[in-house]
Amino acid sequence: MINYLGKVMTIFFKDLLSEFRTKAVASSVLLFAILVIIIFNFAFESDSDTIGLVAPGVLWVTFTFAGVLSMNRTFVVEKEKGCLEGLMLCPVSRDVLYWGKMISSLVLMLIIEAVVFPIFLILFDLPLWMPRLAIVALLGTLGFASVGTLFSALAANTKARDMALPIIFFPVVVPVIIAAVKATDLILNSGTWHEMSSWLEILIAFDVIFLVVSALVFEFVIEE
Amino acid sequence: MSDDINDIKYAIEAKGLSKSFGGLFALKGIDLSINEGECVALFGPNGAGKTTLIKVLTTLSRPANGKVLIAGEDIKKNAVAVRRRIGVVSHQTFLYDNLTAYENLKFYGKMYDVPDLEQRIVDVITKVGLESRLRDRVGIFSRGMQQRLSIARAILHDPPIMLLDEPETGLDEQARSTLSELLKTLVAGNRTVLLTTHNLEWGFALADRLAILVKGKIVYEDSKQSLDMTTFRETYNRCVGARS
Ligand SMILES: Nc1ncnc2c1ncn2[C@@H]1O[C@H](COP(=O)(O)OP(=O)(O)OP(=O)(O)O)[C@@H](O)[C@H]1O
Ligand SMILES: [Mg+2]
Repeated sequence: MINYLGKVMTIFFKDLLSEFRTKAVASSVLLFAILVIIIFNFAFESDSDTIGLVAPGVLWVTFTFAGVLSMNRTFVVEKEKGCLEGLMLCPVSRDVLYWGKMISSLVLMLIIEAVVFPIFLILFDLPLWMPRLAIVALLGTLGFASVGTLFSALAANTKARDMALPIIFFPVVVPVIIAAVKATDLILNSGTWHEMSSWLEILIAFDVIFLVVSALVFEFVIEE
Repeated sequence: MSDDINDIKYAIEAKGLSKSFGGLFALKGIDLSINEGECVALFGPNGAGKTTLIKVLTTLSRPANGKVLIAGEDIKKNAVAVRRRIGVVSHQTFLYDNLTAYENLKFYGKMYDVPDLEQRIVDVITKVGLESRLRDRVGIFSRGMQQRLSIARAILHDPPIMLLDEPETGLDEQARSTLSELLKTLVAGNRTVLLTTHNLEWGFALADRLAILVKGKIVYEDSKQSLDMTTFRETYNRCVGARS
């Protein structure tokens, strides 16, 4: 078990080091996300009445697109010098590779979100301290990363890489987007924990199901 | 099906191996047995199926039919144990451009649980003559240097069985003879080597046994003793010419 986790973390640290060196994904996705938020902010000319209506949607549209952009890279990077095969030759079961890449995507997304969040809150004139929103963001992002890692591996094997991921990714994560937007809506419009709980349950259920299923089917996705 | 572990005779044993890509068979019933401590060179024209065979043997690709034992372990049932025992060099280097040579080796070393890793990294990098470039990013290496590093990567965990797909591509004269020496030392140490190459002389000089793969079938297989290079070249041309 320790060894299993050790291998997962080895893959994660390798990705982190590689990303830290180039900042290729983080910089471009971050720039994209910030631009989207700013454009929405101008487009809606939000005053205090409409903010509550549009802000949750804006936030999750931004996270979803940013997620697709960064996840698309996960396996493209591995494909470049055949590194995916190098990983597949390592004496570990295929699900170790899944968990390693999933955690890499998750952490990268969370770092990007951590920067985008304050900008979003300031632009939309919202209070800066919202721990409940952080929980929703974490659960939603975990959902994105669980599905995204699986599909990114699938898309990397197809010719139309850049097209394939969004086309298969969006329909599947719709439940996450809906639940996350509803929960965010409740938080921004002072809903109670009780009202939120059913949406949080959907998020948690989705995350658990997709993590387990993805880890199981991953080997069939990456092997020819 | 003999599952008798005590009765391991071969390092690599394939029976009735086939592989298809959407109905097109790239391997058509391969039977191949390689003894421990033997070096086999596999020749064949482009598209013969050499890479496909290596991929199936290394658990990267699922065979359609047939059975393969590597070091006595079934590649389907015990893939992780198989992977632990093989070192692979392929058309691609499996190296990360953004990481240094050292970081690449360290990453793979950890994935393979290599004991005494730091010392081992120094050992293998010296074997391929790249010790002065250990801290440089792989992205700025020349093609041949990357190939050398990928050989270092393949021997890092000291595998008993090496599967090499055109390992000499991109290597200069000197590096190629270094590779020959390296492989000879491995074979002398009872390691098993299966390599593919388009360089008839080089493969012939290195191998104990020669095989020719044409259109997914092994059309020729013999030990080297009875052969000289000229006869073998004639045989090769005949086998390859016969395909069309
Ligand atoms: N992923 C794939 N999808 C479809 N067909 C494939 C795939 N990989 C290999 N093939 C086909 O299988 C056959 C054997 O290819 P392979 O790469 O094994 O040849 P090779 O002997 O290694 O050739 P080379 O000397 O050029 O490296 C070819 O006809 C090739 O088109
Ligand atoms: Mg080939």
